Amino acid sequence: MSSYTGKPDPVTGRATTGHEWNGIEELETPIPRLVFFFLGAAFLFAVICWILYPTWPLVWSYTRGVLGTDQRSVVTRQVEEAAAERSAWTARVMDESPADVAADPALMRLVNEAGHTLFVDNCAACHGTRATGGLGFPNLTAKAWLWGDGSPEAIEETIRIGINSTNDDTRASQMLAFGRDGVLDTQKIDAVVAYVRSLSGLKPAAGDDAARIEAGRQVFADNCASCHGEEAKGNRDLGAPDLTDANWLYGSDAYSVFTTVYGGRQGHMPHWGARLSPLDTRILALYVHGLTRPAQ
Amino acid sequence: MASEFFHRKVERNTIGFVLAIIGVASIGGIVEIAPLFTIHETVEEAPDMRLYTPLELAGRNIYIREGCYACHSQMIRTLRDEVERYGPYSLAVESKYDHPMLWGSKRTGPDLARIGDKYSDAWHVRHLIDPREVVPESIMPKYGWLARTELRTADLGEHLAAQRAVGVPYTPEMIENATADAYAQATPDSAGAGGVTERYGDATQMRVFDGDAARVTEMDALVAYLQILGRLTEAAYGEQPTAATE
Repeated sequence: MSSYTGKPDPVTGRATTGHEWNGIEELETPIPRLVFFFLGAAFLFAVICWILYPTWPLVWSYTRGVLGTDQRSVVTRQVEEAAAERSAWTARVMDESPADVAADPALMRLVNEAGHTLFVDNCAACHGTRATGGLGFPNLTAKAWLWGDGSPEAIEETIRIGINSTNDDTRASQMLAFGRDGVLDTQKIDAVVAYVRSLSGLKPAAGDDAARIEAGRQVFADNCASCHGEEAKGNRDLGAPDLTDANWLYGSDAYSVFTTVYGGRQGHMPHWGARLSPLDTRILALYVHGLTRPAQ
Repeated sequence: MASEFFHRKVERNTIGFVLAIIGVASIGGIVEIAPLFTIHETVEEAPDMRLYTPLELAGRNIYIREGCYACHSQMIRTLRDEVERYGPYSLAVESKYDHPMLWGSKRTGPDLARIGDKYSDAWHVRHLIDPREVVPESIMPKYGWLARTELRTADLGEHLAAQRAVGVPYTPEMIENATADAYAQATPDSAGAGGVTERYGDATQMRVFDGDAARVTEMDALVAYLQILGRLTEAAYGEQPTAATE
């Protein structure tokens, strides 16, 4: 049983708490003053914050604080300040023609730095961090443009409105499902696949003899040339790819090409006009335009 | 001393002490949460706010079931780097129909509050089947079975009714047609497609989300949900300092 009158400790002479556990007693050691000091400082800090910032809820409103600031206006100001900070070069990107910007190495260094960040945040999910694309997603370093001439202006337009996107002005394109929709039978598809693969010098698949390739030429002229062109060089106004080069968006083996002809294709690139500012779009276009094929 | 006497008394009264602990512990909630019910200016107005369709709600349930929220937040904070990367900071009103809310508190993967319409359906499907096929550095698990699993739609009406019970304004007509609407949204050529836009608005995304028109899978539902994230209302795209208003 404890008592409230602690006896002095016989060894140190200091007071004890008065509690006693099987003969063991505890020295009465006060909390260090420094703790009270910091506790007081923390309270003072809180009181200052109450006065400066929006803090206390009232029933229908809340105290606004004398600074008249909040997180939302802070982030607004920070974004504006950051934009103003780099306005020296971003103004030139917007005012000068893309060709002039691209010709200025010092300016392009800044554009590429900002462009890479934008690319990784927004484009890399599909096109890859090195912009080399993948199955179904174009390689942007190959310069095998589906739409437009590969100029910064054309790239900018594609980024802004997208391809087969939900934007009203979208670039729109569709490879028809020649097999599934019954336009061509499998024999004709096999023939046209053999012909198309021969155009880019791919190793013929089993059964792709000269007769089949020749038959495919006629199938191509009748069905495919209207979009891909008589020489199969594609049409960049329609988004029809060049079939004579080494780039194959959906694979170059006979099975993949057959699947493409049989079931059709319709790639989809989202539109970025609502998500990215005109400046960011221009920076990205210049960045993509300047991409070169990475060393293998 | 009086205070010492008070303390002795409270400490020796179990019920009193429990009540005292509850009282002290709830101060934070009373000061920080309770006023939000009366201070209306903390929640914005969004007259254009639309509801999750049954298919999107089913996708949301899959998102919860698979624990996506454990690695992905849906909350863009008022920080410059977040606003510049993800878009306008999240508003309270955007979670108005989220029961439960899926703001999350950890980002192993990126924030998804504005993922809707950012990537194509085909990308989402391939990414969910094998994330590393499209993003080699990803550590996200594979969710390939979603594309092979038929979506359970029979009980969607009850899910809508449960949401209605907690304040989401689904009409009896929507609840009644939930199963058919879920099927129709992912099968836009079907007869019921008109009813979906009639009930949920013309902006409803009607398409085959998983690339397989023959059936409605869990992949359809999850992709439909992901493609609507951040697009239920345009409220956040007002005066905010987004990259788009620079």
